Amino acid sequence: MDFGPYLMLASLEGAVTAAVLALTAIGLSLVFGVMRVVNVAHGEFFMLGAVLAWWVASHVGGPPALGFIVALAIAPLAVGGLAALADMTVLKRVNYDPERTIVATIGILYILQQVTLMTYGPEARPVEPPFNTRLALPWFEWGENGFQIYWPWGLSTTSYKLFVIGAAAAVLIGVWILMARTRIGLLMRATQLDREMALAFGIPVERVYATVFGLGGALAALGAVLIVPTQQAHYLMGGDPLLLSFIVVIIGGLGSLPGTVAAAILIGLSDGIISVFFSPMLAKILATMLVALVLVFRPQGLFGSGEK
Amino acid sequence: MLELDKINAGYGRAQILRDLTLRVAPGEILCLLGRNGAGKTTTMKAIMGLLPLMSGAVRLDGKEISALPAHKVAGCGVGYIPQGRRLFGELSVAQNLELGLRAGGCGPEVLEDSLDLFPRLRERMGQRAQTLSGGEQQMLATARALCLKPRVLLLDEPTEGLQPSMIAAIRDVIAVMRDRGVGILLVEQRVDAVLSVADRVAFIENGRNLETLDAEALRRDHSLITRHLGV
Repeated sequence: MDFGPYLMLASLEGAVTAAVLALTAIGLSLVFGVMRVVNVAHGEFFMLGAVLAWWVASHVGGPPALGFIVALAIAPLAVGGLAALADMTVLKRVNYDPERTIVATIGILYILQQVTLMTYGPEARPVEPPFNTRLALPWFEWGENGFQIYWPWGLSTTSYKLFVIGAAAAVLIGVWILMARTRIGLLMRATQLDREMALAFGIPVERVYATVFGLGGALAALGAVLIVPTQQAHYLMGGDPLLLSFIVVIIGGLGSLPGTVAAAILIGLSDGIISVFFSPMLAKILATMLVALVLVFRPQGLFGSGEK
Repeated sequence: MLELDKINAGYGRAQILRDLTLRVAPGEILCLLGRNGAGKTTTMKAIMGLLPLMSGAVRLDGKEISALPAHKVAGCGVGYIPQGRRLFGELSVAQNLELGLRAGGCGPEVLEDSLDLFPRLRERMGQRAQTLSGGEQQMLATARALCLKPRVLLLDEPTEGLQPSMIAAIRDVIAVMRDRGVGILLVEQRVDAVLSVADRVAFIENGRNLETLDAEALRRDHSLITRHLGV
Protein backbone atom coordinates (compact mmCIF):
# COMPACT_ATOMS: atom_id res chain seq x y z
CA MET A 1 0.00 0.00 0.00
CA ASP A 2 1.40 3.41 -0.81
CA PHE A 3 1.38 6.57 1.21
CA GLY A 4 -2.05 7.94 0.30
CA PRO A 5 -4.22 5.16 1.73
CA TYR A 6 -2.16 5.17 4.91
CA LEU A 7 -2.70 8.89 5.30
CA MET A 8 -6.44 8.44 4.83
CA LEU A 9 -6.53 5.73 7.47
CA ALA A 10 -4.55 7.85 9.90
CA SER A 11 -6.78 10.85 9.24
CA LEU A 12 -9.88 8.78 9.97
CA GLU A 13 -8.43 7.59 13.26
CA GLY A 14 -7.48 11.19 14.00
CA ALA A 15 -10.98 12.38 13.18
CA VAL A 16 -12.44 9.98 15.76
CA THR A 17 -10.00 11.32 18.36
CA ALA A 18 -10.81 14.86 17.31
CA ALA A 19 -14.57 14.28 17.61
CA VAL A 20 -14.39 12.96 21.15
CA LEU A 21 -11.78 15.53 22.11
CA ALA A 22 -13.99 18.35 20.81
CA LEU A 23 -16.87 17.19 23.03
CA THR A 24 -14.67 16.90 26.10
CA ALA A 25 -12.85 20.17 25.51
CA ILE A 26 -16.00 22.15 24.73
CA GLY A 27 -17.26 21.19 28.19
CA LEU A 28 -14.06 22.44 29.79
CA SER A 29 -14.11 25.59 27.67
CA LEU A 30 -17.74 26.35 28.54
CA VAL A 31 -17.05 26.00 32.25
CA PHE A 32 -13.99 28.21 32.05
CA GLY A 33 -15.67 30.76 29.81
CA VAL A 34 -18.83 31.29 31.84
CA MET A 35 -17.59 30.56 35.36
CA ARG A 36 -13.86 31.31 35.13
CA VAL A 37 -13.30 27.99 36.87
CA VAL A 38 -10.38 25.77 35.88
CA ASN A 39 -11.94 22.36 36.33
CA VAL A 40 -9.15 19.90 37.05
CA ALA A 41 -11.75 17.17 37.70
CA HIS A 42 -13.01 17.35 34.11
CA GLY A 43 -11.16 14.16 33.09
CA GLU A 44 -12.85 12.28 35.93
CA PHE A 45 -16.27 13.23 34.59
CA PHE A 46 -15.09 11.68 31.32
CA MET A 47 -13.95 8.56 33.16
CA LEU A 48 -17.23 8.34 35.08
CA GLY A 49 -19.14 8.54 31.81
CA ALA A 50 -17.22 5.54 30.48
CA VAL A 51 -17.56 3.51 33.68
CA LEU A 52 -21.27 4.29 33.93
CA ALA A 53 -21.69 3.30 30.29
CA TRP A 54 -20.18 -0.09 31.11
CA TRP A 55 -22.34 -0.42 34.20
CA VAL A 56 -25.55 0.47 32.38
CA ALA A 57 -24.73 -1.66 29.33
CA SER A 58 -23.95 -4.71 31.48
CA HIS A 59 -27.19 -4.34 33.46
CA VAL A 60 -29.47 -3.82 30.51
CA GLY A 61 -30.15 -7.10 28.81
CA GLY A 62 -30.99 -7.62 25.17
CA PRO A 63 -28.94 -6.69 22.15
CA PRO A 64 -25.79 -4.55 22.63
CA ALA A 65 -27.45 -1.67 20.81
CA LEU A 66 -30.12 -1.36 23.49
CA GLY A 67 -27.60 -1.22 26.35
CA PHE A 68 -25.56 1.33 24.45
CA ILE A 69 -28.51 3.59 23.72
CA VAL A 70 -29.62 3.50 27.36
CA ALA A 71 -26.05 4.28 28.45
CA LEU A 72 -25.91 7.15 25.95
CA ALA A 73 -28.94 8.67 27.66
CA ILE A 74 -28.26 7.86 31.31
CA ALA A 75 -24.49 8.32 31.74
CA PRO A 76 -24.33 12.01 30.65
CA LEU A 77 -27.44 12.83 32.70
CA ALA A 78 -26.06 11.15 35.82
CA VAL A 79 -22.60 12.71 35.46
CA GLY A 80 -24.15 16.11 34.69
CA GLY A 81 -26.27 15.85 37.80
CA LEU A 82 -23.25 14.90 39.88
CA ALA A 83 -21.26 17.83 38.46
CA ALA A 84 -24.09 20.27 39.22
CA LEU A 85 -24.19 18.88 42.75
CA ALA A 86 -20.42 19.33 43.08
CA ASP A 87 -20.85 22.93 41.98
CA MET A 88 -23.55 23.67 44.53
CA THR A 89 -21.90 21.88 47.44
CA VAL A 90 -18.22 22.68 46.82
CA LEU A 91 -17.47 25.42 44.29
CA LYS A 92 -20.21 27.74 45.54
CA ARG A 93 -18.84 27.40 49.07
CA VAL A 94 -15.42 28.63 48.03
CA ASN A 95 -17.04 31.58 46.21
CA TYR A 96 -15.54 30.53 42.85
CA ASP A 97 -12.23 31.95 44.00
CA PRO A 98 -9.76 31.03 41.20
CA GLU A 99 -7.06 29.43 43.36
CA ARG A 100 -9.39 27.68 45.73
CA THR A 101 -11.50 26.18 42.93
CA ILE A 102 -8.36 24.60 41.49
CA VAL A 103 -7.57 22.97 44.82
CA ALA A 104 -11.22 22.00 45.27
CA THR A 105 -11.46 20.37 41.85
CA ILE A 106 -8.21 18.48 42.48
CA GLY A 107 -9.95 17.14 45.57
CA ILE A 108 -13.00 16.17 43.51
CA LEU A 109 -10.66 14.46 41.03
CA TYR A 110 -9.20 12.17 43.69
CA ILE A 111 -12.54 11.46 45.33
CA LEU A 112 -14.12 10.38 42.04
CA GLN A 113 -11.07 8.37 41.01
CA GLN A 114 -10.66 6.51 44.30
CA VAL A 115 -14.38 5.85 44.75
CA THR A 116 -14.37 4.34 41.27
CA LEU A 117 -11.36 2.20 42.16
CA MET A 118 -13.07 1.00 45.33
CA THR A 119 -16.37 0.16 43.66
CA TYR A 120 -15.66 -0.60 40.02
CA GLY A 121 -12.18 -1.96 40.57
CA PRO A 122 -8.91 -1.70 38.68
CA GLU A 123 -9.98 -3.75 35.66
CA ALA A 124 -10.42 -2.33 32.20
CA ARG A 125 -13.78 -3.40 30.84
CA PRO A 126 -15.13 -3.16 27.32
CA VAL A 127 -18.53 -2.03 26.13
CA GLU A 128 -19.81 -3.72 23.03
CA PRO A 129 -20.47 -1.31 20.18
CA PRO A 130 -24.09 -1.22 18.99
CA PHE A 131 -22.99 -1.92 15.44
CA ASN A 132 -19.56 -2.49 14.06
CA THR A 133 -19.61 -3.36 10.40
CA ARG A 134 -16.26 -3.32 8.69
CA LEU A 135 -16.31 -0.94 5.77
CA ALA A 136 -13.67 -1.33 3.11
CA LEU A 137 -12.45 2.00 1.80
CA PRO A 138 -11.65 2.68 -1.81
CA TRP A 139 -8.53 4.35 -3.10
CA PHE A 140 -7.73 5.57 -6.57
CA GLU A 141 -4.70 5.62 -8.77
CA TRP A 142 -3.60 6.81 -12.15
CA GLY A 143 -2.60 3.61 -13.81
CA GLU A 144 -2.07 2.58 -17.44
CA ASN A 145 -5.81 2.56 -17.86
CA GLY A 146 -6.16 6.11 -16.50
CA PHE A 147 -8.11 6.88 -13.38
CA GLN A 148 -9.31 3.86 -11.49
CA ILE A 149 -10.72 3.09 -8.08
CA TYR A 150 -9.68 0.01 -6.18
CA TRP A 151 -10.02 -1.42 -2.67
CA PRO A 152 -6.54 -1.85 -1.16
CA TRP A 153 -6.17 -4.74 1.27
CA GLY A 154 -6.41 -3.62 4.90
CA LEU A 155 -7.80 -0.18 4.16
CA SER A 156 -10.96 -0.13 6.18
CA THR A 157 -12.81 1.53 9.00
CA THR A 158 -15.89 0.54 10.95
CA SER A 159 -19.38 1.94 10.77
CA TYR A 160 -19.16 2.70 14.49
CA LYS A 161 -16.20 5.05 14.06
CA LEU A 162 -18.06 6.98 11.41
CA PHE A 163 -21.03 7.14 13.78
CA VAL A 164 -18.82 8.65 16.53
CA ILE A 165 -17.71 11.43 14.18
CA GLY A 166 -21.28 12.13 13.09
CA ALA A 167 -22.71 12.02 16.61
CA ALA A 168 -20.05 14.37 17.96
CA ALA A 169 -20.70 16.83 15.13
CA ALA A 170 -24.43 16.70 15.86
CA VAL A 171 -23.89 17.36 19.57
CA LEU A 172 -21.54 20.27 18.82
CA ILE A 173 -24.17 21.82 16.57
CA GLY A 174 -26.64 21.30 19.39
CA VAL A 175 -24.36 23.13 21.84
CA TRP A 176 -23.98 25.97 19.35
CA ILE A 177 -27.75 26.27 18.95
CA LEU A 178 -28.14 26.19 22.72
CA MET A 179 -25.68 29.05 23.19
CA ALA A 180 -26.73 31.19 20.25
CA ARG A 181 -30.46 30.63 19.91
CA THR A 182 -32.04 29.75 23.25
CA ARG A 183 -32.92 31.74 26.34
CA ILE A 184 -30.76 29.73 28.69
CA GLY A 185 -27.90 30.31 26.25
CA LEU A 186 -28.56 34.04 26.39
CA LEU A 187 -28.46 33.96 30.20
CA MET A 188 -25.19 31.99 30.08
CA ARG A 189 -23.58 34.47 27.71
CA ALA A 190 -24.78 37.45 29.73
CA THR A 191 -23.33 35.85 32.88
CA GLN A 192 -20.06 35.21 31.04
CA LEU A 193 -19.83 38.83 29.86
CA ASP A 194 -20.57 40.54 33.18
CA ARG A 195 -21.52 38.53 36.24
CA GLU A 196 -22.40 41.52 38.37
CA MET A 197 -24.67 43.12 35.79
CA ALA A 198 -26.27 39.73 35.18
CA LEU A 199 -27.19 39.69 38.86
CA ALA A 200 -28.41 43.28 38.68
CA PHE A 201 -30.71 42.25 35.83
CA GLY A 202 -32.30 39.37 37.61
CA ILE A 203 -30.29 36.47 36.20
CA PRO A 204 -30.03 33.70 38.80
CA VAL A 205 -26.28 33.41 38.40
CA GLU A 206 -25.95 30.55 40.88
CA ARG A 207 -28.39 28.44 38.93
CA VAL A 208 -26.67 29.35 35.66
CA TYR A 209 -23.35 28.23 37.17
CA ALA A 210 -24.78 24.89 38.34
CA THR A 211 -26.29 24.37 34.88
CA VAL A 212 -23.05 25.20 33.09
CA PHE A 213 -20.96 22.97 35.34
CA GLY A 214 -23.45 20.16 34.89
CA LEU A 215 -23.47 20.68 31.13
CA GLY A 216 -19.66 20.60 31.06
CA GLY A 217 -19.61 17.31 32.96
CA ALA A 218 -22.35 15.85 30.77
CA LEU A 219 -20.45 16.71 27.57
CA ALA A 220 -17.31 15.00 28.89
CA ALA A 221 -19.37 11.95 29.83
CA LEU A 222 -21.03 11.91 26.43
CA GLY A 223 -17.62 11.91 24.73
CA ALA A 224 -16.60 9.00 26.93
CA VAL A 225 -19.73 6.95 26.18
CA LEU A 226 -19.05 7.41 22.48
CA ILE A 227 -15.41 6.33 22.72
CA VAL A 228 -15.73 3.49 25.24
CA PRO A 229 -16.73 0.84 22.63
CA THR A 230 -13.41 1.40 20.86
CA GLN A 231 -11.34 1.73 24.05
CA GLN A 232 -12.13 0.31 27.47
CA ALA A 233 -13.48 1.78 30.69
CA HIS A 234 -10.79 2.12 33.34
CA TYR A 235 -10.57 4.20 36.51
CA LEU A 236 -7.39 6.00 35.37
CA MET A 237 -8.59 6.84 31.86
CA GLY A 238 -9.39 10.48 32.77
CA GLY A 239 -5.80 11.73 32.66
CA ASP A 240 -5.27 11.84 28.90
CA PRO A 241 -8.54 13.58 28.02
CA LEU A 242 -7.88 16.16 30.74
CA LEU A 243 -4.40 16.95 29.40
CA LEU A 244 -5.58 17.02 25.79
CA SER A 245 -8.62 19.14 26.66
CA PHE A 246 -6.42 21.71 28.37
CA ILE A 247 -4.09 21.72 25.38
CA VAL A 248 -7.03 22.25 23.05
CA VAL A 249 -8.66 24.94 25.18
CA ILE A 250 -5.41 26.89 25.51
CA ILE A 251 -4.59 26.66 21.81
CA GLY A 252 -8.13 27.57 20.82
CA GLY A 253 -8.33 30.50 23.20
CA LEU A 254 -9.80 30.25 26.69
CA GLY A 255 -13.56 30.42 26.58
CA SER A 256 -13.82 30.61 22.78
CA LEU A 257 -16.09 27.80 21.58
CA PRO A 258 -15.24 27.99 17.84
CA GLY A 259 -11.54 28.12 18.78
CA THR A 260 -11.94 25.03 20.94
CA VAL A 261 -13.54 23.05 18.12
CA ALA A 262 -10.90 24.16 15.61
CA ALA A 263 -8.08 23.29 18.01
CA ALA A 264 -9.67 19.91 18.78
CA ILE A 265 -9.70 19.08 15.08
CA LEU A 266 -6.09 20.27 14.71
CA ILE A 267 -4.82 18.32 17.71
CA GLY A 268 -6.98 15.24 17.07
CA LEU A 269 -5.97 14.92 13.43
CA SER A 270 -2.30 15.55 14.04
CA ASP A 271 -2.40 13.09 16.94
CA GLY A 272 -3.87 10.42 14.67
CA ILE A 273 -1.52 11.06 11.79
CA ILE A 274 1.68 11.42 13.83
CA SER A 275 0.79 8.36 15.93
CA VAL A 276 0.41 6.23 12.83
CA PHE A 277 3.52 7.41 11.00
CA PHE A 278 5.85 8.04 13.93
CA SER A 279 4.85 7.37 17.52
CA PRO A 280 2.04 8.38 19.88
CA MET A 281 4.68 9.83 22.21
CA LEU A 282 5.91 12.21 19.51
CA ALA A 283 2.31 13.33 18.94
CA LYS A 284 1.97 14.30 22.61
CA ILE A 285 5.37 16.03 22.59
CA LEU A 286 4.43 18.12 19.57
CA ALA A 287 1.03 19.03 21.01
CA THR A 288 2.57 20.15 24.27
CA MET A 289 5.22 22.11 22.39
CA LEU A 290 2.49 23.82 20.38
CA VAL A 291 0.88 24.90 23.65
CA ALA A 292 4.18 26.38 24.80
CA LEU A 293 4.55 28.25 21.51
CA VAL A 294 0.98 29.53 21.66
CA LEU A 295 1.49 30.69 25.23
CA VAL A 296 4.65 32.56 24.27
CA PHE A 297 3.56 34.12 20.98
CA ARG A 298 -0.21 34.32 21.23
CA PRO A 299 -1.25 33.98 24.87
CA GLN A 300 -4.91 34.65 24.12
CA GLY A 301 -5.01 31.54 21.91
CA LEU A 302 -5.48 31.26 18.17
CA PHE A 303 -9.11 32.38 18.33
CA GLY A 304 -9.07 34.34 21.59
CA SER A 305 -10.24 37.93 21.54
CA GLY A 306 -7.24 39.17 23.49
CA GLU A 307 -8.32 42.03 25.69
CA LYS A 308 -10.56 41.34 28.71
CA MET B 1 -40.55 54.89 48.27
CA LEU B 2 -36.96 53.63 48.45
CA GLU B 3 -35.48 53.79 51.92
CA LEU B 4 -31.94 53.10 53.03
CA ASP B 5 -32.03 52.64 56.76
CA LYS B 6 -28.64 53.06 58.46
CA ILE B 7 -26.81 50.76 56.10
CA ASN B 8 -23.23 49.67 56.70
CA ALA B 9 -21.46 47.99 53.83
CA GLY B 10 -18.06 47.56 52.22
CA TYR B 11 -15.69 45.31 50.35
CA GLY B 12 -14.44 42.51 52.54
CA ARG B 13 -13.19 44.13 55.71
CA ALA B 14 -12.89 47.61 54.23
CA GLN B 15 -16.05 49.34 55.32
CA ILE B 16 -17.23 52.10 52.98
CA LEU B 17 -20.76 53.02 54.03
CA ARG B 18 -21.41 53.98 57.63
CA ASP B 19 -24.98 54.30 58.90
CA LEU B 20 -26.05 55.78 55.60
CA THR B 21 -29.71 56.78 55.46
CA LEU B 22 -31.53 57.98 52.34
CA ARG B 23 -35.12 58.23 51.14
CA VAL B 24 -36.26 58.57 47.57
CA ALA B 25 -39.96 59.31 47.14
CA PRO B 26 -41.89 58.39 43.99
CA GLY B 27 -41.63 61.14 41.40
CA GLU B 28 -38.59 62.66 43.02
CA ILE B 29 -34.99 63.03 41.88
CA LEU B 30 -32.56 62.70 44.73
CA CYS B 31 -29.02 63.55 43.81
CA LEU B 32 -26.08 62.07 45.63
CA LEU B 33 -23.13 64.43 45.83
CA GLY B 34 -19.77 63.72 47.33
CA ARG B 35 -16.10 63.64 46.56
CA ASN B 36 -14.35 60.74 44.86
CA GLY B 37 -14.41 57.73 47.14
CA ALA B 38 -17.26 59.06 49.25
CA GLY B 39 -19.25 55.90 48.57
CA LYS B 40 -21.70 56.94 45.84
CA THR B 41 -21.23 53.91 43.58
CA THR B 42 -20.98 51.66 46.64
CA THR B 43 -24.40 52.93 47.74
CA MET B 44 -25.90 51.87 44.43
CA LYS B 45 -24.27 48.44 44.57
CA ALA B 46 -25.53 47.98 48.11
CA ILE B 47 -29.08 48.79 46.99
CA MET B 48 -28.79 46.22 44.18
CA GLY B 49 -27.64 43.58 46.66
CA LEU B 50 -24.27 43.29 44.95
CA LEU B 51 -22.53 44.02 48.23
CA PRO B 52 -23.58 42.26 51.42
CA LEU B 53 -24.84 44.63 54.09
CA MET B 54 -23.10 44.48 57.46
CA SER B 55 -26.18 45.98 59.07
CA GLY B 56 -29.15 48.12 58.23
CA ALA B 57 -31.84 47.55 55.64
CA VAL B 58 -32.91 48.68 52.19
CA ARG B 59 -36.67 48.85 51.74
CA LEU B 60 -38.79 49.42 48.67
CA ASP B 61 -42.36 50.38 49.48
CA GLY B 62 -41.93 48.77 52.86
CA LYS B 63 -40.54 45.49 51.49
CA GLU B 64 -37.05 44.68 52.70
CA ILE B 65 -35.20 44.08 49.42
CA SER B 66 -31.84 43.78 51.19
CA ALA B 67 -33.07 40.45 52.59
CA LEU B 68 -33.50 39.05 49.06
CA PRO B 69 -30.80 37.33 46.99
CA ALA B 70 -29.18 39.83 44.60
CA HIS B 71 -30.90 38.50 41.48
CA LYS B 72 -34.35 39.13 42.94
CA VAL B 73 -33.80 42.86 43.54
CA ALA B 74 -34.30 43.91 39.91
CA GLY B 75 -37.61 42.04 39.78
CA CYS B 76 -38.94 44.25 42.59
CA GLY B 77 -38.67 47.22 40.24
CA VAL B 78 -35.17 48.61 40.69
CA GLY B 79 -33.52 49.62 37.44
CA TYR B 80 -29.75 50.10 37.59
CA ILE B 81 -27.79 52.17 35.08
CA PRO B 82 -24.22 51.67 36.24
CA GLN B 83 -21.20 53.82 35.76
CA GLY B 84 -19.45 53.02 32.48
CA ARG B 85 -22.74 51.56 31.11
CA ARG B 86 -21.63 47.94 31.46
CA LEU B 87 -23.68 46.62 28.60
CA PHE B 88 -23.49 42.99 27.57
CA GLY B 89 -21.13 44.06 24.81
CA GLU B 90 -21.13 40.95 22.63
CA LEU B 91 -24.90 40.67 22.69
CA SER B 92 -27.13 42.59 20.33
CA VAL B 93 -29.15 45.66 21.29
CA ALA B 94 -32.31 43.54 21.16
CA GLN B 95 -30.80 40.90 23.45
CA ASN B 96 -29.69 43.51 25.98
CA LEU B 97 -33.22 44.86 26.07
CA GLU B 98 -34.67 41.36 26.25
CA LEU B 99 -32.65 40.74 29.42
CA GLY B 100 -34.15 43.91 30.87
CA LEU B 101 -37.67 42.79 29.98
CA ARG B 102 -37.01 39.38 31.47
CA ALA B 103 -35.74 40.92 34.72
CA GLY B 104 -39.03 42.78 35.21
CA GLY B 105 -41.26 40.10 33.75
CA CYS B 106 -42.48 42.68 31.23
CA GLY B 107 -44.06 42.21 27.85
CA PRO B 108 -43.44 43.80 24.43
CA GLU B 109 -45.50 46.91 25.25
CA VAL B 110 -42.82 47.99 27.76
CA LEU B 111 -40.15 47.46 25.09
CA GLU B 112 -42.15 49.62 22.67
CA ASP B 113 -42.43 52.32 25.30
CA SER B 114 -38.68 52.31 26.00
CA LEU B 115 -37.92 52.43 22.29
CA ASP B 116 -40.29 55.39 21.89
CA LEU B 117 -38.12 57.24 24.39
CA PHE B 118 -34.94 56.29 22.50
CA PRO B 119 -36.00 56.00 18.83
CA ARG B 120 -32.38 55.72 17.72
CA LEU B 121 -32.11 52.28 19.25
CA ARG B 122 -34.88 51.04 16.99
CA GLU B 123 -32.58 51.21 13.96
CA ARG B 124 -29.82 49.39 15.81
CA MET B 125 -31.67 46.38 17.22
CA GLY B 126 -29.55 43.74 15.48
CA GLN B 127 -26.23 45.47 16.13
CA ARG B 128 -23.81 44.31 18.80
CA ALA B 129 -23.94 46.63 21.80
CA GLN B 130 -20.18 47.24 21.83
CA THR B 131 -20.28 48.65 18.30
CA LEU B 132 -22.60 51.51 19.30
CA SER B 133 -21.30 55.04 19.86
CA GLY B 134 -20.85 56.23 23.44
CA GLY B 135 -24.11 58.13 23.48
CA GLU B 136 -26.04 55.25 21.98
CA GLN B 137 -24.53 52.91 24.55
CA GLN B 138 -25.76 55.17 27.32
CA MET B 139 -29.20 55.20 25.70
CA LEU B 140 -29.15 51.41 25.59
CA ALA B 141 -28.06 51.15 29.21
CA THR B 142 -30.93 53.44 30.17
CA ALA B 143 -33.46 51.66 27.96
CA ARG B 144 -32.34 48.31 29.37
CA ALA B 145 -33.20 49.52 32.87
CA LEU B 146 -36.50 51.05 31.69
CA CYS B 147 -37.46 47.68 30.18
CA LEU B 148 -38.01 46.22 33.63
CA LYS B 149 -40.62 48.92 34.30
CA PRO B 150 -38.81 50.29 37.33
CA ARG B 151 -40.36 51.96 40.32
CA VAL B 152 -36.92 53.25 41.24
CA LEU B 153 -34.07 54.12 38.89
CA LEU B 154 -30.45 54.26 39.97
CA LEU B 155 -28.30 56.31 37.63
CA ASP B 156 -24.55 56.39 38.19
CA GLU B 157 -22.99 59.26 36.24
CA PRO B 158 -25.20 58.83 33.19
CA THR B 159 -23.79 61.82 31.31
CA GLU B 160 -20.08 61.08 31.83
CA GLY B 161 -18.14 61.68 28.63
CA LEU B 162 -21.14 62.45 26.43
CA GLN B 163 -21.67 65.26 23.97
CA PRO B 164 -24.20 67.99 24.97
CA SER B 165 -27.01 66.74 22.70
CA MET B 166 -26.80 63.29 24.25
CA ILE B 167 -26.75 64.73 27.75
CA ALA B 168 -29.93 66.63 26.92
CA ALA B 169 -31.59 63.49 25.56
CA ILE B 170 -30.75 61.50 28.67
CA ARG B 171 -31.88 64.32 30.93
CA ASP B 172 -35.22 64.58 29.11
CA VAL B 173 -35.86 60.89 29.69
CA ILE B 174 -34.99 61.23 33.36
CA ALA B 175 -37.56 64.04 33.63
CA VAL B 176 -40.17 61.93 31.83
CA MET B 177 -39.62 59.07 34.26
CA ARG B 178 -39.90 61.41 37.23
CA ASP B 179 -43.20 62.74 35.90
CA ARG B 180 -44.43 59.17 35.66
CA GLY B 181 -43.82 58.73 39.36
CA VAL B 182 -40.54 56.85 39.26
CA GLY B 183 -38.20 57.57 42.16
CA ILE B 184 -34.74 58.48 40.87
CA LEU B 185 -31.43 58.29 42.66
CA LEU B 186 -28.83 60.11 40.62
CA VAL B 187 -25.08 60.24 41.06
CA GLU B 188 -23.57 63.09 39.11
CA GLN B 189 -20.24 64.87 39.30
CA ARG B 190 -21.11 68.07 37.50
CA VAL B 191 -22.78 70.46 39.90
CA ASP B 192 -24.60 72.47 37.22
CA ALA B 193 -26.14 69.26 35.88
CA VAL B 194 -27.25 68.34 39.37
CA LEU B 195 -28.88 71.68 40.04
CA SER B 196 -30.82 71.65 36.79
CA VAL B 197 -32.63 68.38 37.49
CA ALA B 198 -32.50 67.51 41.20
CA ASP B 199 -35.37 67.95 43.64
CA ARG B 200 -33.20 67.25 46.66
CA VAL B 201 -29.48 66.80 47.10
CA ALA B 202 -27.86 64.47 49.64
CA PHE B 203 -24.24 65.18 50.46
CA ILE B 204 -22.16 62.26 51.65
CA GLU B 205 -18.60 62.06 52.88
CA ASN B 206 -16.61 58.98 53.84
CA GLY B 207 -19.76 56.89 53.54
CA ARG B 208 -21.72 59.03 56.03
CA ASN B 209 -24.61 61.41 55.56
CA LEU B 210 -23.68 65.05 55.80
CA GLU B 211 -26.80 66.99 55.00
CA THR B 212 -29.76 66.62 52.68
CA LEU B 213 -31.03 69.86 51.20
CA ASP B 214 -33.68 70.99 48.77
CA ALA B 215 -32.15 71.75 45.41
CA GLU B 216 -33.98 75.05 45.50
CA ALA B 217 -31.88 76.17 48.45
CA LEU B 218 -28.68 75.26 46.61
CA ARG B 219 -29.76 77.08 43.50
CA ARG B 220 -30.20 80.21 45.62
CA ASP B 221 -26.97 79.83 47.54
CA HIS B 222 -24.05 78.22 45.72
CA SER B 223 -21.75 78.64 48.69
CA LEU B 224 -23.50 75.66 50.35
CA ILE B 225 -22.08 73.39 47.66
CA THR B 226 -18.56 74.71 48.04
CA ARG B 227 -18.78 74.20 51.75
CA HIS B 228 -19.90 70.57 51.51
CA LEU B 229 -17.71 69.47 48.66
CA GLY B 230 -14.73 71.54 49.63
CA VAL B 231 -13.93 72.37 46.02
